[in-house]
Amino acid sequence: MTDNTSSTEEPLNPVRILFSKPWIWAFVAAALTFAATSLVAGSGAGSLFYAALTFAAFSAIVGIGQMLVITLGPGNVDLSIPASMTLSATLALKFMDSETALIVPGLLVAIGVGIGCGLVNFALILLLRIPPIIATLSASFLYQSLAIWSNRGLRIKPPEPLADFATGGALGIPNVAVIGILLAICAWVLLERSIAGRWISAIGQNLRAARLSGVPVNAVRFGVYVNSAVCAALAGFLLASFSGGANLNMGTEYMLMSIAVVVIGGSSIGGGNSNVPGIWGAALFMFLIVSMLNSYGLGAGVRLILTGLVIVGVVALASRKGYDV
Amino acid sequence: MTGDRLRLALPVLSLAVLLGAVFYLQPRAMSYFGLNLLFNLAIPVALATIAQMMIIMVNDIDLSIGTFVSFCACVTATFVHDTPLIGYAILAAAILAYAGLGALIQFRGLPAIVVTLGMSFVWGGLAVLILPSPGGASPEWLKTLMSYKTPLVPIAVVAPLVIALVVHLLIKRSWVGVILQGVGGNDRAMERAGWSLVKLRASAYGLAGLFGVLAGMCLVGLTTAADANIALRYTLLSIAGVILGGGEFVGGRISPFGAVIGALTLTLAASFLSFLRLSPDWQIGAQGAILILVLAVRLLFVRKEAAA
Repeated sequence: MTDNTSSTEEPLNPVRILFSKPWIWAFVAAALTFAATSLVAGSGAGSLFYAALTFAAFSAIVGIGQMLVITLGPGNVDLSIPASMTLSATLALKFMDSETALIVPGLLVAIGVGIGCGLVNFALILLLRIPPIIATLSASFLYQSLAIWSNRGLRIKPPEPLADFATGGALGIPNVAVIGILLAICAWVLLERSIAGRWISAIGQNLRAARLSGVPVNAVRFGVYVNSAVCAALAGFLLASFSGGANLNMGTEYMLMSIAVVVIGGSSIGGGNSNVPGIWGAALFMFLIVSMLNSYGLGAGVRLILTGLVIVGVVALASRKGYDV
Repeated sequence: MTGDRLRLALPVLSLAVLLGAVFYLQPRAMSYFGLNLLFNLAIPVALATIAQMMIIMVNDIDLSIGTFVSFCACVTATFVHDTPLIGYAILAAAILAYAGLGALIQFRGLPAIVVTLGMSFVWGGLAVLILPSPGGASPEWLKTLMSYKTPLVPIAVVAPLVIALVVHLLIKRSWVGVILQGVGGNDRAMERAGWSLVKLRASAYGLAGLFGVLAGMCLVGLTTAADANIALRYTLLSIAGVILGGGEFVGGRISPFGAVIGALTLTLAASFLSFLRLSPDWQIGAQGAILILVLAVRLLFVRKEAAA
């Protein structure tokens, strides 16, 4: 018995360390909703897990871009993500015109459009000194119009191999999730192990101090906004390939989603402190909560209300230091 | 004082330019009836913008105002029309809920953007529950009120200005307004002066809820029916209106007259674009372009203000 007390102390430490991480709660919540859903849903837990990974991947990809933007500090939010997604997906699918040979150039078109959107966003912020929220918002109207104009209600199918790739998977892991996880690892390395990442956090913690200590503030902000638009473009490209074509409101739900995964994932909305693993936990949670409510057979209205209350509840319980600047 | 006037000059100027352009394109709009059509939906937009202004005044942003106005419109078109007592009770409860949110945000130090984003789902869900398909009917008195014929200038122009005046007196000329702006300016100082920030933020959110309810009611009075998505675009319109009207995201710098004129400008921009016979593809984009243009001009004004 004495053996027991000493042995509980040892393994407790890693557990305690684990639970001191802010991102663990998103995964705990995701696991709980997963359990609650698979108890009710007749279909196997495996297929639910597969679907969750697939849909969470799209949220995670846009969430990573949004997270870096939010890390820049109060007022930095990219509201043009849905429009950038739609525009790049529309233009890329139009360019590929279902031709297999054009998949790689098509991807480059999508990324190019993303870079363009990011450039416009940042140009408005820097040159016109418009608050980022308004700048990305008004620019998103332009992107939206461009998408409407180029799309004309046509739904062009993605090339066959691309569609197969986006819907397929290997070893029980969907391909899009692999991309999402790789991007998350890149973002983690960038933030935690590189100077650029330190710069991003430094700007978010204190813009003035960062500038005085020689951080190239505008270059960093430029990179972050372009990166967010490119992430959105990539997510749009994959989502359109996954769902058999681009449509004009394909990005709509990702406005909320991109912000929600950042905050639920444990990053500080006030900036300066970001959290990469939490993005994935929150993205899984956000998908699972909707499928849980679905599997309990609740109508659209109740589902919306509960989703909203869960977001508010999670934020109210988890974030204790949001505005403490 | 001159700073405030200079701030107001830009929204007034952009409204005048836009109005001139509309009259040039369509001289027949220069009449009682024409003005009424041009500014048809200005009253609810102005009220929603004022609601947003209350939130921006305390350094927050409300991303749920559009769904909240939709929800209030649905309640007005159903409960207020059928069983007024229950209807008004629901609307009063909605205002209290808004105040409660403000208190929660302050008490737990929550990010308002996320809380209101979450609440936009809640209001949207409630609206869908109340009115799953478009319908309902406007209470008779609201319909009469909204179609009231004021002498000389139509109600669609008079009412927003009256609203602006009332809010101006409340925010700029009463102690309540000064304290609430103080929360946006320096909340630590307000707290040290002995004010309860929880109560103050709750009041600001309560006021926003009140104006949101009014916006929903007026909207139903105009359209005589409602649906769950009726006012979704008000969220963006109201933020743009406040900023166009010379408001700042931080520091409690807001202007009720500016916000209302900003709302009028955005309403007019939509009419202007349809007069231009612009392809519908570009309507949304042109609204974005107008917004960017006005903000670019404002940059020049702000520089002048800094120099003065």
